[in-house]
Amino acid sequence: MSLSAHLPALQVVLPLLSAPLAVLLRHGGLAFAIVTAGAWAAFAAAIGLWLQVGEVGTISYHIGSWAPPWGIEYRVDRLASFILLLVSGTAAIVLPYSRASIEREIPRDLHYLYYAMFGLCLAGLLGITITGDAFNVFVFLEISSLSTYVLIALGRDRRALAASYRYLIMGTIGATFFVIGIGFLYLMTGTLNIVDLGERLRAVQDSRPVLVALAFITVGVSLKLALFPLHQWLPNAYTYAPSAVTAFLAATATKVSIYVLIRFWFSVFGETLIFHKLPLPQLMLGLSLAAMFAASFIAIFQDNLKRMFAYSSVGQIGYITLGLSFDSVHGLTASIVHLFNHGMAKAAIFLLIGGMVVGLAGRGAVSPVLTFDKLAGLAKRMPLTCFGIVLAGLSLIGVPGTAGFVSKWYLIVAALEQGQFWIVGAILLSSLLAVAYVWRFVEVAYFHAAPEGSGKQEAPLGLLIPAWLMVIATTWFGLDTSFTVGSALEAAQQLVRVGK
Amino acid sequence: MENNLVLRVVGKLLIPFILLFAVYVQFHGDFGPGGGFQAGVIFAAGIVFYAIIFGLDQARRIVPDRLVETMLALGVLIYAGVGVAGLFLGGNFLDYFVLDRNPVHGQHRGIFWVEVGVAITVCGVMLKIFYMFASRGQREEDA
Repeated sequence: MSLSAHLPALQVVLPLLSAPLAVLLRHGGLAFAIVTAGAWAAFAAAIGLWLQVGEVGTISYHIGSWAPPWGIEYRVDRLASFILLLVSGTAAIVLPYSRASIEREIPRDLHYLYYAMFGLCLAGLLGITITGDAFNVFVFLEISSLSTYVLIALGRDRRALAASYRYLIMGTIGATFFVIGIGFLYLMTGTLNIVDLGERLRAVQDSRPVLVALAFITVGVSLKLALFPLHQWLPNAYTYAPSAVTAFLAATATKVSIYVLIRFWFSVFGETLIFHKLPLPQLMLGLSLAAMFAASFIAIFQDNLKRMFAYSSVGQIGYITLGLSFDSVHGLTASIVHLFNHGMAKAAIFLLIGGMVVGLAGRGAVSPVLTFDKLAGLAKRMPLTCFGIVLAGLSLIGVPGTAGFVSKWYLIVAALEQGQFWIVGAILLSSLLAVAYVWRFVEVAYFHAAPEGSGKQEAPLGLLIPAWLMVIATTWFGLDTSFTVGSALEAAQQLVRVGK
Repeated sequence: MENNLVLRVVGKLLIPFILLFAVYVQFHGDFGPGGGFQAGVIFAAGIVFYAIIFGLDQARRIVPDRLVETMLALGVLIYAGVGVAGLFLGGNFLDYFVLDRNPVHGQHRGIFWVEVGVAITVCGVMLKIFYMFASRGQREEDA
């Protein structure tokens, strides 16, 4: 067997295999080793696939050697390979971080289950991205969602359980809507293969079941991606989940859901239906603007640091969906780039906050809820952690030189292309809201006096290094955009060409 | 319910047949209704029945938690292992055609092991859920 030919399967199978092995070994350290190895192997596979797509174009892999559209096909195009890199790369960085982080947050006898759930969640997210079969998307969506609920519930705070339950209810409604939509599509076309669906739907585009399917799928996926009025599950889930889990989910879970939305809108339903026959762009534009302003505004008034950045995530998702509403290559590019850049920045911030929790808690103490009054003068005690958050925060605002600037630049270009100058104003104005909430952190950490008798207590290196890798990545992709923008542009062109 | 003579006798008589029926459903799944999922549920139901009549502790002595957790993981491993076997024998992932020199036999062999994996995991999950719910009150009393 040649390894490179089977990369699409290995991409999902390796992390999937690591999960049951972790359960069998029943030992925190061994489970850590095997799941981390699985995640790194997945990252290597993702890099391999990204290179392969560059050489030979879209890859199609037939599971069980049954040819599509009958069998399940794994399909890697530029967009999928880009998202695979984001998901597996984040996992490869967050897992080593987990080891030191969950020591304080999760009882030791549950560690091996944490790693097993992490492996399953990773396999699920990678599976959603890589599969070319609509029903298979649902199966992987459930694998990743169910393991996510468990991961969130592992949080130390008792409210984590309630947050997880809430997400379970909302997520299940979302997944059910999604599968109802798939059912309608199957009813109309008799196929589940995404490419085949796209071709067959052209003939029956205007029929009512297809419109119903579109409605169900859009609302279902929007629940999972936390589009503004459907974001209710997100703030608490992010706030009370263990730090490593928050970082991983913030960078990947909602992003993969956005990928599903893009995939169904462009590759299945097609641009004519979405953008010319239905008022979906206007709807998306309204909801995105609402997210950008309302969620960012709410973020300013949060008292809990993690919660503030959770609301900021809802606002940032607004920018991503805003790019979708333009129906242009540049708009789509902006969405895909921002999906990547925002994932990096948020992962960096939540990883650093996790280090902060450990540093502040000291040895064996109860992990504090990070309210702002506990952060006074923190920059003196944890200079590296605070500086990292500021850098990643600048990326959230979109300051030139950070990754966030690049994606907002493309959003503005897309808006100007369509002559909608007021949207440019809205983007700039909502960035000011981001300035406001990042400034709140800066003010408390840098300009308030530290409480008496607190020495320097930087977060442990095991937590700082992975977090700073993410911070460096946000800066790197702000300066050298050839990889991110190049991939996104190619992906957008591919989608728009096929979606016509 | 441990003092209920009729239940105890009927239970002891029936449980072996319930377990046997599970095995029948498992292996007859090729030709009639059935398969790994149903077999796993029926097998677990037999043990749940036993636990209800003879008490949870007795059931846990026969099917310990450790075994249940191993079953959870083992089934998934068997399933994925069939897929990986296909890779090593020169086919794609989950390729059953290459599992035997005769492709039709290969299909048969592949689905057989996949269903074994499904049955083991489903049975493990059913028992795990039952144990966790049934032991909730007990653990609180201990504490």
